Amino acid sequence: MTTVNLGMPRVRPPYASASSALMGADGFRDAAKGELQDDQLRANLAHAAGGIRTKRAKAVRELRDFQQLRSAGSALKWHVTDHLPELLEQFEEAFTAAGGTVHWARDADEANRIVTSLVRDAGSEKVLKVKSMATQEIRLNEALADAGITAVETDLAELIVQLAGDTPSHIVVPAIHRNRRQIQQLFRDHLPGAPADLGDDPQELTAAARRFLREQFLQMDTAICGANFAVAETGTLSIVESEGNGRMCLTLPSTLIAVMGIEKLIPTFQDLEVFLQLLPRSSTGERMNPYTTMFTGTQAADGPENLHIVLLDNGRSAVLSDPHGRSALHCIRCSACLNACPVYERAGGHAYGSTYPGPIGAILSPQMTGMEGEDNPNATLPYASSLCGACYDVCPVKINIPEILVHLRSRDVDERAEAGAKRNQWDAAMAGASKLMSSPGTYDAVVRASALIGRAKPRGNFSNLPLPMIGDWTQFRDLPVPRESFRSWYTKREKARRSADASNKEQK
Amino acid sequence: MSDAKTEILQRLRTALDQPRPNPITALEDVPRDYQGPDAKAETTTGIDKVLAALTKTLTEYGAGVQMVEEADVTDTIAELLDEGAVAVHAPDLPEAWLPSAQAQLVADHGSLDARSLDDVDAVITGCHTAIAMTGTLALKDDGIGGRRIISLIPDHHIVVVRPEDTVVGVPACVQRMREDDPSAAWTWISGPSATSDIELERVDGVHGPRRLDVVLIAPPAQGDQDAS
Amino acid sequence: MRIALMATCLADVMAPDVARSTVELLERLGHEVVFDKRQTCCGQMHTNTGYFREAAPVVRQFVDVFEPQLEDVDAVVMPSGSCAGAVRDQHALVARRARDADLEERAGRVSAKTYELSELLVDVLKVTDVGAYFPHTVTYHPTCHSMRFLKVGPRPLRLLRAVEGITVVNLPESDTCCGFGGTFSVKNAETSNAMVTDKANNVVKSGADFVVAGDASCLMNIGGKLARQGQRPRPIHLAQILNSTKENPFVPSSTLLGRAS
Repeated sequence: MTTVNLGMPRVRPPYASASSALMGADGFRDAAKGELQDDQLRANLAHAAGGIRTKRAKAVRELRDFQQLRSAGSALKWHVTDHLPELLEQFEEAFTAAGGTVHWARDADEANRIVTSLVRDAGSEKVLKVKSMATQEIRLNEALADAGITAVETDLAELIVQLAGDTPSHIVVPAIHRNRRQIQQLFRDHLPGAPADLGDDPQELTAAARRFLREQFLQMDTAICGANFAVAETGTLSIVESEGNGRMCLTLPSTLIAVMGIEKLIPTFQDLEVFLQLLPRSSTGERMNPYTTMFTGTQAADGPENLHIVLLDNGRSAVLSDPHGRSALHCIRCSACLNACPVYERAGGHAYGSTYPGPIGAILSPQMTGMEGEDNPNATLPYASSLCGACYDVCPVKINIPEILVHLRSRDVDERAEAGAKRNQWDAAMAGASKLMSSPGTYDAVVRASALIGRAKPRGNFSNLPLPMIGDWTQFRDLPVPRESFRSWYTKREKARRSADASNKEQK
Repeated sequence: MSDAKTEILQRLRTALDQPRPNPITALEDVPRDYQGPDAKAETTTGIDKVLAALTKTLTEYGAGVQMVEEADVTDTIAELLDEGAVAVHAPDLPEAWLPSAQAQLVADHGSLDARSLDDVDAVITGCHTAIAMTGTLALKDDGIGGRRIISLIPDHHIVVVRPEDTVVGVPACVQRMREDDPSAAWTWISGPSATSDIELERVDGVHGPRRLDVVLIAPPAQGDQDAS
Repeated sequence: MRIALMATCLADVMAPDVARSTVELLERLGHEVVFDKRQTCCGQMHTNTGYFREAAPVVRQFVDVFEPQLEDVDAVVMPSGSCAGAVRDQHALVARRARDADLEERAGRVSAKTYELSELLVDVLKVTDVGAYFPHTVTYHPTCHSMRFLKVGPRPLRLLRAVEGITVVNLPESDTCCGFGGTFSVKNAETSNAMVTDKANNVVKSGADFVVAGDASCLMNIGGKLARQGQRPRPIHLAQILNSTKENPFVPSSTLLGRAS
């Protein structure tokens, strides 16, 4: 347990397991440097994000009550975080009554242990997977592999990522960083049964994946899924998808194991009417995604006989403990903020180092893992934003991401100060500037004296300055040279006016 | 060993001890001024307009749509089925809808497994509620919508929609589901299965049926009652 | 009207002609502009970088300067969307964090009378045609804070379209951030550079001679990139265009955002 002082000393619930896929090796700046040099990645992202932004805008414009739906979605999610313990117990009761079994997992390691033993109990050595962020977060596939169990990803993009030994870079479109030719090569090399002359047409690539996966669906008897929404009132799980791989996994195998973050609850069945409108339009820019399944417990002769759900904390209670940051738990994983974000579009999802990339990742990952410790990569995430606000504009549940980013920056600064960390150049610069800017006399003199800099360079602008911070600016762009400050000009003019007035009076 | 549930709930309660700046949201305070099941657009839109909108949204997502008189449903389905196709259907569909001459029709009574369904060419089901604004067909796993598995594995899905089962918006559909049985297994289908995972280019037909045909039953013509 | 000018620290030192043009424009429209030289900064840099504790004295200085003037002036004007946004959205927050209820209350009073330039002109002074003359082709970049936080909407464009001789052309992807983001431009210099490179390319694509915006900071970023690339379009602040007349037309100097004279 960690004690953090934000004016109020208190005990914070534990962060996510260190084994979670929530933190990269490097901070954002260093991770982004490499990605930014990948022109193919930049082109893929610009093409994809640009297209989806246009689609989303059209789908949202079409709905006259979209803003009302956002308000309802936001309020419902506040209700969920405000009442999370009660709602979880209500969900457990309903889910159990419907024939399912509820498991609770404090962290990633515990969740992996539970799922592994459930798969073993089912007697399976191979399992089907439906795309799920929570299982990426806990690195379930790796844990299963360690136990000798093979997980087959059935979502096309997740399959692409899995075949490439890669990690997802987008919440909804995990292989957004790869284009058709890259996927063509990958399938030719690694997809069982793919013809050697496989073309690069998405239609053809998709058909190849379909043929491979159809056999997997028919063979396997255990599946693992996530959940988009879980209804506390009825114990219903809802899974939103496009390809039908979710439906296959939810109906064919006799054992189904869902892994779900505890924040994914919604209060009542009726509330699906809000979220099932917000999600598809925000996510893929469709009026409705091709398939949505809503099911409650086990179904006779039409679905799994054994149904389990693992309710996962893994740092979520730590997020909840920050009243200024907890609304990050309201996220419904639509990705609208990623698609809208100019930083994401250029640096790509991998630069964030976490299962959760983009603006939402920048506020979620650091809160789940904490930002403490020297050179904690996730302490850089709240700064990975120009605070342009595009993410907040499109968030279907109105998470004020820019405000939380700024809050987390202040948390980082305060936590470092309280831990007695060595002052860095920013601490020094900000303290100095604060002192200067609250000493009006000195400030006035310094601003007026800035003109002296201009004497050294009477024309043009600065280009490359070998200075800390300013050097980062002038490495890429010119900087104006301070000449006569505004206040110097203003004072001069006032003086001239006064003397003109005086001489006018004398003349009278 | 302290059990995980107790500990997680304790963590959450500790976390919530830190009050947030805004007041707690009670469920009844959630603003629901969006277009609900009782909204004017939902209750006063004429059936012709609703069906026209449904046709448009279904078509835009790649479904084949035709509107026919109830008496012609059977011929329409027969035409939609490929020559020599084997088709399965939900068990409680009205006899009158099914093409009588088609010997290859099989009613699903729960015995067909995934492998045998993989050899079936088409599936015919009804629909619980159709949403015009989104082109969505809500299927319940009953004798009309069929088991979830039958509308999934065959490559061609034919859905018959009755005009009285169409609504304008999503909330009206959710209300009908709640009034019926929220605990049933529900599947919402909006167009054929699709993916946009490669360069966000939409490709129809991944694991679910690649072809979706919707047969809309025409509403009784205006003034029919007077004539009779 | 009597209007207090908050020049903003950045314009005061790095783009003085922006503040000067604001004064001259408002005076030309018949208003009195006062400038209190005890003013420093709005504190946005500190707040947005997470230094709330260091922001508090700066905000206090701002409020100490402008709050006593509220009795004598009708409005406070800032030629910057992001600085005006900081006053409106962040000062109360910084005061609350500093547990200074008195400061919060006084900051609220200042904030209620503080306007970004286009807001002041259109909403308070009720003018859109300020009698300006600018016979050039320009393209408008809506800065993020003015567009999304202050929501100035079409006000700057209405002002621009009323300028005699001007041609306003469309900026591709205009509503995408230029990559400035305050200390972001330094803390994540490479990503910021990728963003401003795209912005600069779009400015060139627009075919305009000038890229106009309501924030000197974003213009310093976009203009700095254009200058580095040796591209023709120059950055110009809305105030500089509105202050340009047939009698005193704007002529750029070799310094970014500077005026020859």
